[in-house]
Amino acid sequence: MKQQGAAAHHVEGVTKGRDGGGRQRAAWGFLAPALALIGVFFFVPVVAALLLSFTDFDLYALADRGVLRVIGLANYHQLLTNPDFLGALRNTLFYGLIGGPLSVAVSLGAALLVNARLAPFRGFFRTVYFAPYVTTLVAAAVIWRFMLHTRYGLVNHGLGALGIGPVDWLGDARWALPAIVLMSIWKSFGYNMVIFVAGLQTIPEELYEAASLDGAKGWTRFRHVTLPMLGPTLGFVSVITLINYFQLFAEPYVMTQGGPLRSTTSLVLLMYEEGFRWWRMGVAAAVAVVLFALVLAGTLLQRRLMREDA
Amino acid sequence: MSGSALRRGLVGALVIVAACGRARAPSGDVQLTMWAFGREGEVVQELMRDFEAAHPGIRVKVQQIPWMAAHEKLLTSYVGEMLPDIAQLGNTWIAEFETLDALAPLDSLIAGSRSLSRAAFFPGIWATNVVAGRTLGVPWYVDTRLLFYRRDLFERAGILAPPSTWDEWLVAMRRVKQLTGTPYGIFLPLSEWNPLVIFAMQAGSPLLTPGGLRGAFTDAPFRDAFAFYARIFDEGLAPRAGQQQLANVHQEFARGTFAMYITGPWQLGEFATRMPPALRGAWATAPMPGPRGDSSGISMAGGSSLVMFRGSRHPAEAWALIEWLSQPSTQLEFYRISGNLPPTYAAWQDPLLANNAHAAAFRTQLDRLRPLPAVPEWEQVATKVIEYQERVVRGVLTIDQAVVAMNRDVDRLLEKRRWIAERGQGADPR
Repeated sequence: MKQQGAAAHHVEGVTKGRDGGGRQRAAWGFLAPALALIGVFFFVPVVAALLLSFTDFDLYALADRGVLRVIGLANYHQLLTNPDFLGALRNTLFYGLIGGPLSVAVSLGAALLVNARLAPFRGFFRTVYFAPYVTTLVAAAVIWRFMLHTRYGLVNHGLGALGIGPVDWLGDARWALPAIVLMSIWKSFGYNMVIFVAGLQTIPEELYEAASLDGAKGWTRFRHVTLPMLGPTLGFVSVITLINYFQLFAEPYVMTQGGPLRSTTSLVLLMYEEGFRWWRMGVAAAVAVVLFALVLAGTLLQRRLMREDA
Repeated sequence: MSGSALRRGLVGALVIVAACGRARAPSGDVQLTMWAFGREGEVVQELMRDFEAAHPGIRVKVQQIPWMAAHEKLLTSYVGEMLPDIAQLGNTWIAEFETLDALAPLDSLIAGSRSLSRAAFFPGIWATNVVAGRTLGVPWYVDTRLLFYRRDLFERAGILAPPSTWDEWLVAMRRVKQLTGTPYGIFLPLSEWNPLVIFAMQAGSPLLTPGGLRGAFTDAPFRDAFAFYARIFDEGLAPRAGQQQLANVHQEFARGTFAMYITGPWQLGEFATRMPPALRGAWATAPMPGPRGDSSGISMAGGSSLVMFRGSRHPAEAWALIEWLSQPSTQLEFYRISGNLPPTYAAWQDPLLANNAHAAAFRTQLDRLRPLPAVPEWEQVATKVIEYQERVVRGVLTIDQAVVAMNRDVDRLLEKRRWIAERGQGADPR
């Protein structure tokens, strides 16, 4: 907060200066191209989507604008009574609220491992853990489909060795969602891990030395030194991850096409289907607005939580 | 710079721009653009050399588009006014592009054609190209579905002929399962709507009410078909699995996981090459069994049509290409390189098809085809069929609950269609 205050004073000083008007004009001049781009490619589409969500723009309207109706909130009302939408909302919350924290935990764990002084081949493991993130998703999904195959898959083979019967991972509505969450975590944890490693390396060694002088070990060191020092990184990673998981699309699209029984359909996948498969743009826009609200609420909530923590 | 020089410069620039905008072949020939999908897009290119040789002055650029992306690409191109001169169109999409008014009507061209007549085609497949009395496409190949079965397993179970009624069919599934140790009698993928929809058409269900305004799923014929479908699973005669869970259908068919499979002509080539040598003669095809025997054993008229888009700048040349592709000799050549079955009577009289044992069942089936409902929403309706058949098969819903829910969902999908129909009453129905 203090820093922000200082910055504000600084800006005030500049604008009230003798040459303020000219400088301000120059500043706007420099900002204008970027602002124009943001306006055209961000604000205009957002406003257009909002307006579109109050209409029933569809295939018929595409052919003949005369049958375009302004229907107010009917799209939203229809969504709330549509089991497909409610299912997708539930799945998206599952992706975000279960997959997100799990993913952060896994990447933090991996970061601690590859950052530990005692761990051998640290560079090697960092590369290995980051590899899934840069792998093409479709290729990874194909491999995972093999691994999760009910009869010939590696995963069920392993479970079989432990005496657990085969699980129909992608064909059973109870298991498909967890299976896709697992795959997404595997696919993306390397990215967060790298950020965490960078965060861990900024923690001054003296703090750990001081902590050990006070007799702190393992968990206590982590709880009282690492975690607080990692606070901002953790906040950033959590928000980014939550947003990513709320926008999960490609994994279910490639692995299950949202099935079985729509148990893996996310909001973005539903939006894609409504918009580009069926050309019901009005409904798709309404889904987009709901998703926007959800991401906004999630981000604000998380920021509030982080501030209380600090 | 003087005014006239400036003007001359501008005119020159405009000419250059205009020349670039025109998609003209270098020699001044007319260049046609054709879109074809998947494997068809690959093989149709081979035919174009012959067409160009027979039609000097016309050149054809074939663009191959993956099937998965085809529908999306067509619609986005319609919005962007970038459609080609002619294209292959899945015949369930015709109604949709008719709604968009993107297709050129062909009736007058067909009436004036010397080489193409409606009577040359199987009526069931021709019907899929007619919407509201106007012909919008010419059938290119037929994609109906029928029964592929393991003849060796049938023989071991003492079944002498493929089933023709639903009752005989159930008996065959049970006997194969009991007497040969095959885990399942038949494979009906839960991820496909075709088997249940075919059963329903066989039982006499129109699927949608007249005009395609509402679902007709609570009617007795659809319920009967659904009961027959669900019974196959309840008796354990088919695996509760989708296409995805059975990694390789050919492998499982060869392995004897199931003895029957409802699929289409593209599998003729696949089965011929993928079955292990020992099983080359062990599989056969049969027309669809029906609830009351042969004549009720109808199937859906799937396939692709050739269409011309309204925006084409070379309609005469585009029509010449459609006429040429529809000649029995061209169709036979297309069958030889692609395995797609031709839709004309004449092509089927050629020894290449007439003497092919596996194709004979398709020839029978071609006389028993029914078009699917011609509404732009059909694909969405079909996904509802998939959703609810799986819920019933997995025991989440009863058939009674499922058909009521299907009607409710489908009525909602067709709401706009009803509104337009009410609004358009009295006016030009187009």
